Amino acid sequence: MLQLEDVHTRYGNIEALKGVSVEVRQGEIVTIIGSNGAGKSTLLMTICGSPQAAAGRILLNGEDITRTAPYDIVHLGISQAPEGRRIFARMSVLENLQMGSVPSGGRHFEEDVQKVFTLFPRLKERINQRGGTLSGGEQQMLCIGRALMARPRLLLLDEPSLGIAPILVRQIFNAIVEINKEQGLTILLVEQNAFQALKIAHRAYVLSTGRVVMEGAGRELLANPEVRAAYLEGGQKEVA
Amino acid sequence: MPSAVSKQALPAALKDAAIAAIVAFILFLPIIGMQLQPGSGGLDVNFRLPLVLIGAAIVFVGRLLLGLLGSRRRAPRAGPSIMERVAAGVAANGRWLGLVGILFALTMPFMPFSNRYVVDVGTTVLIYVMLGWGLNIVVGLAGLLDLGYVAFYAVGAYSFALLGTTAGMGFWYCLPLAGLLAAMFGLLLGFPVLRLRGDYLAIVTLGFGEIIRIVLLNWTNVTNGPNGISGIPRPSFFGLDFARSPEPGTTAFHQYFGIPYSGEQRVIYLYFLILLLALITNFFVIRIRRLPIGRAWEALREDEIACKALGINPTNTKLTAFALGAMFGGFAGAFFATRQGFVSPESFTFIESAIILAIVVLGGMGSQIGVVLAAIIIVLLPELGRDFAQYRMLIFGAAMVGIMIWRPRGLLAHRSPTVLLHPKGGPRPADVPPSVKEAGA
Repeated sequence: MLQLEDVHTRYGNIEALKGVSVEVRQGEIVTIIGSNGAGKSTLLMTICGSPQAAAGRILLNGEDITRTAPYDIVHLGISQAPEGRRIFARMSVLENLQMGSVPSGGRHFEEDVQKVFTLFPRLKERINQRGGTLSGGEQQMLCIGRALMARPRLLLLDEPSLGIAPILVRQIFNAIVEINKEQGLTILLVEQNAFQALKIAHRAYVLSTGRVVMEGAGRELLANPEVRAAYLEGGQKEVA
Repeated sequence: MPSAVSKQALPAALKDAAIAAIVAFILFLPIIGMQLQPGSGGLDVNFRLPLVLIGAAIVFVGRLLLGLLGSRRRAPRAGPSIMERVAAGVAANGRWLGLVGILFALTMPFMPFSNRYVVDVGTTVLIYVMLGWGLNIVVGLAGLLDLGYVAFYAVGAYSFALLGTTAGMGFWYCLPLAGLLAAMFGLLLGFPVLRLRGDYLAIVTLGFGEIIRIVLLNWTNVTNGPNGISGIPRPSFFGLDFARSPEPGTTAFHQYFGIPYSGEQRVIYLYFLILLLALITNFFVIRIRRLPIGRAWEALREDEIACKALGINPTNTKLTAFALGAMFGGFAGAFFATRQGFVSPESFTFIESAIILAIVVLGGMGSQIGVVLAAIIIVLLPELGRDFAQYRMLIFGAAMVGIMIWRPRGLLAHRSPTVLLHPKGGPRPADVPPSVKEAGA
């Protein structure tokens, strides 16, 4: 579905991605793990076209989207729940969801809102509350819900567990699995919380200083001693 | 209980008051402390140290009282403040308040207390209300800080002045043209500032406003420079002029209706004209807030990156905000020109931009009724203060500082959601009025 071929991304003189090739197939959950500064978020941002890749190609269903403007990429079926959630703080939960329905033209608004509320019942309770007054976990739910409102074919999630209470992290990861299983939505997930992310992933990549250093099935990587040493034993303690 | 609080707060308040007194002393030294007097061989400086000390003492006592009272007030209060509730109430009953306001505005010229002066002031208030509503699109909704809004007002005024005096076109033909020209200038300003936000944007718009004014001042061939343009055609009522003795072959308003001539007729007509224009602006802004483009403005104000991630084109969104805001400024400008019959660059200085921006900010960003309230305060306060002669600007300034201390986010800063969920078959969310209060806020 989505292919990155030898993608390089630069911020000025700093090369954040040094030739990354990643593939996401229809119906999969693909996880990218890596430590701080490995280029995980840059990878997602590059797919969205901001910043654009300096070299290499990004293909969506065979179509080259490397040079497509960020706001047009959403219309091609890639939706992003950006890092740091970026909720519209002064707008209500429902208005936030409505902003997400811009690409789908708002035709299925009510139906899609109900779907989001089934997925995250917590949002329904807060329907007219301002986005900025929600807790971190609720904001993350709203962020994912907002991205789903665009009726994407591919959902990009940037660290959905960042700064969120463990119980809500579990809820959010359950929801991600549910979207994938029931709606057949393809998901590309970027995470520092490697344990949770690898558990739900069909396939995974390990990113380190701008390069893919390892790839394989989610379970495989979860069992891999190197991965455990680098991202799990230490990482898990941090999370718990 | 109060004594305990003040005992704790006293040293801090004393220190605070002392600092304020020292600052005041330094400031007053040249302002009050030195008086120029004609003396032998030119001007002599008369030092008035006692006055400065008295001034500093007043500041000290005032600041001390403020500090002591303020510390007592800072105790956490239960529930929202009175103004908070008023703001929420206004937002919830906006429709009724708006209706009452419109009714009052419609009947105002015929009220017993009304006279030419009152209607004239009412017209000025309405001009600022309209400008405030126009700027509200740019600043309140789209969150683009524009310090040069008066430029569009000037473009509208001069386009009508020039078209009216040279091409002999009437007000009603020129009004849409003035709006269109102003909108084009809005785009002109919009393009270079697309990537700017906040302070940087403010500086560029400030410069833009000054450029327009300086061009008007110096392009003598076209604009007649500082002398301005006079003899601008007055508006007609469906082709009927408001003149005592109309040109041969035309009928004047008073002749057609068979009533005696009165100078007030035109004043009242102008009042209703700006009322109509302002209401059109308001209606437009309220409607557009519920359309995708209006929501996109608000979303852009909140978070530009999130907007991009949601497929909103920030370029188009910003440009439409600039263009539409400018368009209403242009309409108001055309009205201003026809009302005064004379325009000169002096009417379009930075202070006008500042006043319009103050109206939007004082009213509460994005609040339509807040703009009306703030426009009334800002226009009426200096008018009411005329009895106090040289102190009126002082009172005006103090009132503005007071409002910002009391209501830092504006008089009526309260936002109701523009979308509510309805069961299937009900009205579409876009058509639902924002009548339900925000829960919990």
